[in-house]
Amino acid sequence: MTDRLTIGFLPLVDAALPILAQELGFAEEQGLTLEFIRDVSWASVLDRLLYGHSDFAHMLAPLAIAATLGRGRPAKALSVPFVLGLNGNAVTMSLDLADKVAGRDGLGLPYEVGAKLKQEALLRKAAGRKLRFGVVHRYSSHNYKLRYWLAECGIHPDSDIDIVTIAPPFAADALASDEVDAICVGEPWNSVAVERGVGRITLVTAQIWRRGVEKVLAIPTEKLAEKKEQTERLIRALHRAGRDFINPDHWDRNAAILARSEYLDGSGVLIRRAISDHIMLRSGAEPLHIPDFMFQYREAANFPWVSQAAWLYSQMLRWDGLSYDAQQQKQAEAVFRPDIYRKALADMDAPMPSANAKVEGGVQGPLAVGASQGALTLGSDPFFDGRAFDPDQMESYLRNLPKN
Amino acid sequence: MRIAVIDENAARAAIIEQGLSEAGETEVFVISERHGLARAIEALDPDVVLIDLGNPSRDMLEEYFAVSRAVARPVAMFVDQSDDESIGNAIEAGVSAYIVDGMTSARIKPILNLAVRRFKAFSRLQNELQQARSELADRDIIEKAKKLLMKKRGLAEPDAHAMLRKYAMNSNKRLADVADAILMAENMLGGE
Repeated sequence: MTDRLTIGFLPLVDAALPILAQELGFAEEQGLTLEFIRDVSWASVLDRLLYGHSDFAHMLAPLAIAATLGRGRPAKALSVPFVLGLNGNAVTMSLDLADKVAGRDGLGLPYEVGAKLKQEALLRKAAGRKLRFGVVHRYSSHNYKLRYWLAECGIHPDSDIDIVTIAPPFAADALASDEVDAICVGEPWNSVAVERGVGRITLVTAQIWRRGVEKVLAIPTEKLAEKKEQTERLIRALHRAGRDFINPDHWDRNAAILARSEYLDGSGVLIRRAISDHIMLRSGAEPLHIPDFMFQYREAANFPWVSQAAWLYSQMLRWDGLSYDAQQQKQAEAVFRPDIYRKALADMDAPMPSANAKVEGGVQGPLAVGASQGALTLGSDPFFDGRAFDPDQMESYLRNLPKN
Repeated sequence: MRIAVIDENAARAAIIEQGLSEAGETEVFVISERHGLARAIEALDPDVVLIDLGNPSRDMLEEYFAVSRAVARPVAMFVDQSDDESIGNAIEAGVSAYIVDGMTSARIKPILNLAVRRFKAFSRLQNELQQARSELADRDIIEKAKKLLMKKRGLAEPDAHAMLRKYAMNSNKRLADVADAILMAENMLGGE
């Protein structure tokens, strides 16, 4: 007899771990059967989660915090006991814009592309036809990383250009029809645009923040209390799935599973590229190996660092124009639940940091950090501008960010 | 009260529209085009916006409501949290609503309930239609498999049918699944 858990998701490559946990038998090992509800908007994924249609959801990390703080709708507390992955998104530009601001081959460098983009943005602004960028949601890491990059390059995201919301499956269409000049979206949707010959990948979000939190596993905090033990089993199954996800021998098989009609309903070839960190930047080019494009397992990638929740909160303040509130910071940080993660993976082969927070962007080179279980070495996690974020110094951090 | 129904499924939109129009004192507008959605809403300036849960434009719409100054800031129905059950009901039925600030829930609730009933009626219809379709398809497959058996094994029709039925019973499978397996095997083994 297994326990059934329902998980809401959007058809994106980073929904991989729950899907693989079910399909590869890791859920069953934990006495769980996972059932999935696929949606086409984050609003619907969130509604189903909040009103009991699903037990857990594959969710944008900032949206879990926004829901808890009551941004845009009444507050309902969510908990995040597991991070489904870091990065995996890209900035794809229309061929026209890419030709103007990026070199022909390879990925651009954030500052170089940014400098040229600034000229183009100001020209277009002066001509009364502002550049339009599409992101997947107001409360997404896509939006925050894109804005972080633009602002540092001297482009004000709210006045020099327009940023609009576009559902991932329509991103390629929007580029093709000139509705937008660029999109920041997850895979496989950048690659779909490239394949269709309507866009070029010019940057990946890992270049903006090398270890940026992306999708998370979210559960209503109320429900977590009832389902604590099942949640721990789910985390163990996801941890196993993560190990399988990075095994090159299984990439073909795993891509085929994710491509199935009930999951991503997409191209296995494109999905395989994403999970193997090999991305075709422009139509017809050889896929380029981009180390750490998606980061789903190593270096305790799934550990819910409260400092990452704090960074997302800092960007929410920055772009929603709110003032700092220490109490709210605590609330935002409390969405991430390292305590649950620790308990679930105690006695498993999971390296466990001894701290719950770190200075984000502060690790240079492989650094052995204190671990309460196993040995943990963290790789460099820089922001492209070299700034580091100390969650205990949020106010001064915010003061020192570019104002434009 | 001005109600905008956003639904890319024209048949469902028509059913909702008809139901809401009967409620009286309402003007109902259907938008089924994804392109220019924001402009269409701006032009309509509705008091209530109903949108199906499966509509990929929801995130765009919420963003638009959050930042636009052109419309009177419709907010998610969840703002009135007094009634989680009826919200749960609406989600169950597959509809979400955005309501302009200031509308009383006494005015909104009957509309929402009506929309929920219509959405449910539509999905019932759709299920029935799907079932009818799959029954038709099943019958077709069974006929084909029967003909194949008749030809290959030289059986009369009732015997071919009996054979299928026996296999289905013994293997605890649906008749149509057995028929499907036979046709698939024939295909793979290079039948004509």
